[in-house]
Amino acid sequence: MDTTLRITSARAGSSFVANIEKVSGQKLLACYQCGKCSAGCPMAAHMDVLPNQMIRMAQLGMQEQLLATRSIWMCVSCLTCNSRCPKGIKIAEVIEALRKAALNTGQRNDHLHVMELSAEARAVLPPIAMIGAMRKLTS
Amino acid sequence: MGNENKPMKLAYYPGCTLKNQATNFDVSTVSSMAKLDVEVEELDRWNCCGTVHALDSDNVMNRVAPITNMIRVKEAQAKTEGMASEFMTSCAMCYNTLKRANIDVKQRADALETINNLLYLEKTKYEGDVEVLHLLEYLRDRVGFDNLAKKVTKPLKGLRVASYYGCLLVRPKEVAFDDVENPMVMENLIRALGATPVEFSHKTECCGAYQTVDKPEVIADRTDKIMGAASEEQADMVVVSCPLCAFNLDYRQDDAKRLNPDFQNMPVLYFTQLMALAFGCDESALRFDLQHIDPLPALKARGLA
Ligand code: SF4
Ligand code: SF4
Ligand code: SF4
Ligand code: SF4
Repeated sequence: MDTTLRITSARAGSSFVANIEKVSGQKLLACYQCGKCSAGCPMAAHMDVLPNQMIRMAQLGMQEQLLATRSIWMCVSCLTCNSRCPKGIKIAEVIEALRKAALNTGQRNDHLHVMELSAEARAVLPPIAMIGAMRKLTS
Repeated sequence: MGNENKPMKLAYYPGCTLKNQATNFDVSTVSSMAKLDVEVEELDRWNCCGTVHALDSDNVMNRVAPITNMIRVKEAQAKTEGMASEFMTSCAMCYNTLKRANIDVKQRADALETINNLLYLEKTKYEGDVEVLHLLEYLRDRVGFDNLAKKVTKPLKGLRVASYYGCLLVRPKEVAFDDVENPMVMENLIRALGATPVEFSHKTECCGAYQTVDKPEVIADRTDKIMGAASEEQADMVVVSCPLCAFNLDYRQDDAKRLNPDFQNMPVLYFTQLMALAFGCDESALRFDLQHIDPLPALKARGLA
């Protein structure tokens, strides 16, 4: 993915950044990029952009790139990052705000297509899995 | 335990998965509590907690379902002698979601008022006056593991057990009733049952949760790593407290085996099944037939079945 970016104060001060900060209740600029969140993330191996990079991109207002990542859908809110961040940032909350932003766009494309699941999958999956997935991956 | 000889009454929230695929978790919870002289009373008209706690600030809508259950607890308490304003659940996910919603409304009077307004048809108002307990917490703090050990009729001698906490019992810190990085409550329970707790590097490593719905290949990788770590410690089995962890670590072993041909199958039990076994409950309280990986060979090898 192309992550080259022309940094401008207009972008970092955009309404997107303000919205993510408000919905997540976090101060994005508190992050000093130590990488601890990514080091312990159980989903990192399946992400295209790591949690610390997501925070960086959010600071810089990289809206289109962020909302197109696989990572926002891979994070399962396990809160390992939150409990270890030396700056007390709730990374999982930021990622939740990003998922919400993506689900709220006009071109909404849910990341779970229940009708495409196999009959076997639908028969064996417990409610705890189905409800969790629908809450997080659809709107 | 209580001073009188009357059994204690404890309100119980099973959650929807314990009434579906995880019947083994439900029956083993109720049966083992009966052996401890705690009368568990399932709440009337409980509703799903909503599973995952919504992380966006200001989310009041997703707190309505959990808080409705607090009202059910108050109703149960009002008509039941000897019942406290608290309830127990054994599902880690229910515990986490209900507890977080409860903490949230206790801290935000405006959110609580909004929820009570939305629930205007309820006769009882919620005032933040119900406590949410996880069964493990109840066993440790109210029953006590020394007392619990006295009820063991079939000590699980020689059985090597790895305790898997996953995320929901330890994170966030506000809901954890044990150390966030190295909890020991399940190990202490296992010891009280006569079994041997093993070290387990992956005990709080997330299993991938609901990604199991449409990305089983991701769970296969998590299950391979988590169960592989238990194999390295020569565990006979892994115990869990969450039906989603159970599904991923047990049922998804087939997917783990496809990913890694060297993967060793290992049974996954609920901690309540281990208790029921040590308390001498019969098969109707254990329901090992619902386990994907049969635990009987491992138990037989230790002379326990
Ligand atoms: S752990 Fe916290 S400070 Fe470190 S990179 Fe992650 S968010 Fe930033
Ligand atoms: S909450 Fe999300 S980003 Fe944080 S460690 Fe868990 S999966 Fe990774
Ligand atoms: S966590 Fe699960 S099992 Fe518990 S009530 Fe909610 S969805 Fe149902
Ligand atoms: S380990 Fe998996 S199912 Fe269990 S609590 Fe974490 S995410 Fe949930």
